[in-house]
Amino acid sequence: MNISRKEKIIHHVILVILAVLFILPLMWMILASVDTSPIQTLRIPEEVTLGNYASILQNPQILRSFGIGIIISGGQSIIVVVISVIAAYPLSRYRASYKKSFLYSILFLTSLPMTAVIVPVFQMFLMLRFQDNIWAVMFFLIGTSLPYAIWMMKNFMDSVPKELEESAWVDGASVGTGLRKVVAPLMVPGMFTVLIFTYTGSWGNFFVPFILLSSQSNMPASVTIFQFFGNYGLIDYGRLAAFSVLYTTPVVILYYIAQQYMSAGFSFGGATKG
Amino acid sequence: MAGNVTARKSRKFSDNIKTSIFLSPALVILLIFFITPMLLTVMFSFTNLSLTGTQAARLEFVGFDNFVRMFNDTNLYRSIIRTLVFVFFSAIVGQCLVGFTIAFMMKGKNIRFRRAIGIAVISAWVTPEVVVAFAWVIFLGDNGTVNNILMFMSNYLPFLPQQPVAWLFQYPMISIVVANIWRGTAFSMMAFQTALDDIPTEVEESATMDGATRWKLVRHITIPMVKGTIVTNLLLVTLQTLAVFALIYTMTGGGPSGATMTLPVYMYQQAFVSFQLGYGTAISLILLLIGIIFSLFYMKFLKVKV
Repeated sequence: MNISRKEKIIHHVILVILAVLFILPLMWMILASVDTSPIQTLRIPEEVTLGNYASILQNPQILRSFGIGIIISGGQSIIVVVISVIAAYPLSRYRASYKKSFLYSILFLTSLPMTAVIVPVFQMFLMLRFQDNIWAVMFFLIGTSLPYAIWMMKNFMDSVPKELEESAWVDGASVGTGLRKVVAPLMVPGMFTVLIFTYTGSWGNFFVPFILLSSQSNMPASVTIFQFFGNYGLIDYGRLAAFSVLYTTPVVILYYIAQQYMSAGFSFGGATKG
Repeated sequence: MAGNVTARKSRKFSDNIKTSIFLSPALVILLIFFITPMLLTVMFSFTNLSLTGTQAARLEFVGFDNFVRMFNDTNLYRSIIRTLVFVFFSAIVGQCLVGFTIAFMMKGKNIRFRRAIGIAVISAWVTPEVVVAFAWVIFLGDNGTVNNILMFMSNYLPFLPQQPVAWLFQYPMISIVVANIWRGTAFSMMAFQTALDDIPTEVEESATMDGATRWKLVRHITIPMVKGTIVTNLLLVTLQTLAVFALIYTMTGGGPSGATMTLPVYMYQQAFVSFQLGYGTAISLILLLIGIIFSLFYMKFLKVKV
């Protein structure tokens, strides 16, 4: 497309201004986290320290919450990947009569707001004596992330040629062995994408553990960082910033890794061309 | 002939059985943790379910009491209006428009430049919601970066406020709208980038040759060609924004004096602060119904092949 020089310059200027606006609030976090005496406004630290990080990393309660976050989000993502691979297989390979309606239902579930069911889930947890149980929370999160995972996984699996398994069957492999030894290895990028998506979504989820867990020792990092902000947010900028950076870093790294696989299966839950 | 039909039927039958076996783990979990809560939402809306007091022990069906109460609850009306304002400005106007503008201006630019801008926008999107909320509370604080820049500029521009602005108290709705635009724009930007890149350059070039002005080109060629993405993106972004809780709750707690009490925050307050689980569920039923309607539209427009 030929656009005028003037327009090109205007585009560049506007884009740079927007990018700066997007970066500024996060810049504060990074700079304040290494500042010996951070203030509310963005500035270059006069003296640099790693003390804020050390202090967060030496707090046993915060470390514990990171551990719980890893257990909940990690356990959730691994189980979601396993179950969604198993579920995607027949949806991609067999012609069940209810396949279409099942896939439509799954797609429908992917876009429902989970916020809307948290109150009845809370009540359900009380009745089943699941309240304050991190495993129950993990399974609830598995339920909420499964529809999207199955949908993505099915799209990934459609791109694995069927002939490969068929030749394995000829050689005497069962359906299970074919899935494990032939399909699964080719699905590694898809499985990683689903794993990372599920993990990052869950790591940042504050609402669900905040409602369904109650004892301090069960709280994952998403809740402890919220509590930290409530208690020290407007006093202890340095440690809040360091905590935020530590809590955000894993998601950034995972997103960066996921990006190289992403184009394959992630485009609006399968298809964008409306 | 007859044998063929039987064979096909039995093939279908065995496909059904095999599919069911493979799907069973997923189905069990979805049934317990997704479908049941949705049905419970409907059921509990008709009860006096409560967290404390004598009502906590006995669950009673109260018919349409919760809905009658909702009908007379002016706070609920206000929160529905606030939710609409929040969704309209932060999702529909904000994220979609800003996302489209960025994607549009990025088209055909140097790849390194595109990537640098993209990283800036996406970094806001990958940051967890609670951290986004802190970053904005501090950014907008009395001595925060925004006020500092404003004070610096007001030295030269006398029409600007001469005192720091308490954004979260004076303009709470604008504050949460801006924070949510900031957080969510990347999603729309990426969707529009893909769609805009798919437009064949010949189409635009031939239109230019025919003498179309720049604006006409955008209005009559570019926008119609990404119409599908615009619609699906609008629906998805609306669904996501409708459910925003952590950002608002952390930034303002629904305040000051209810100015940012959107439906999810009001639901939380009724259910877990006032301990009226039944009424809280009735409110969440509204959220669920809006969600269902939008999801159905979304599926209709997606025209997806399954």
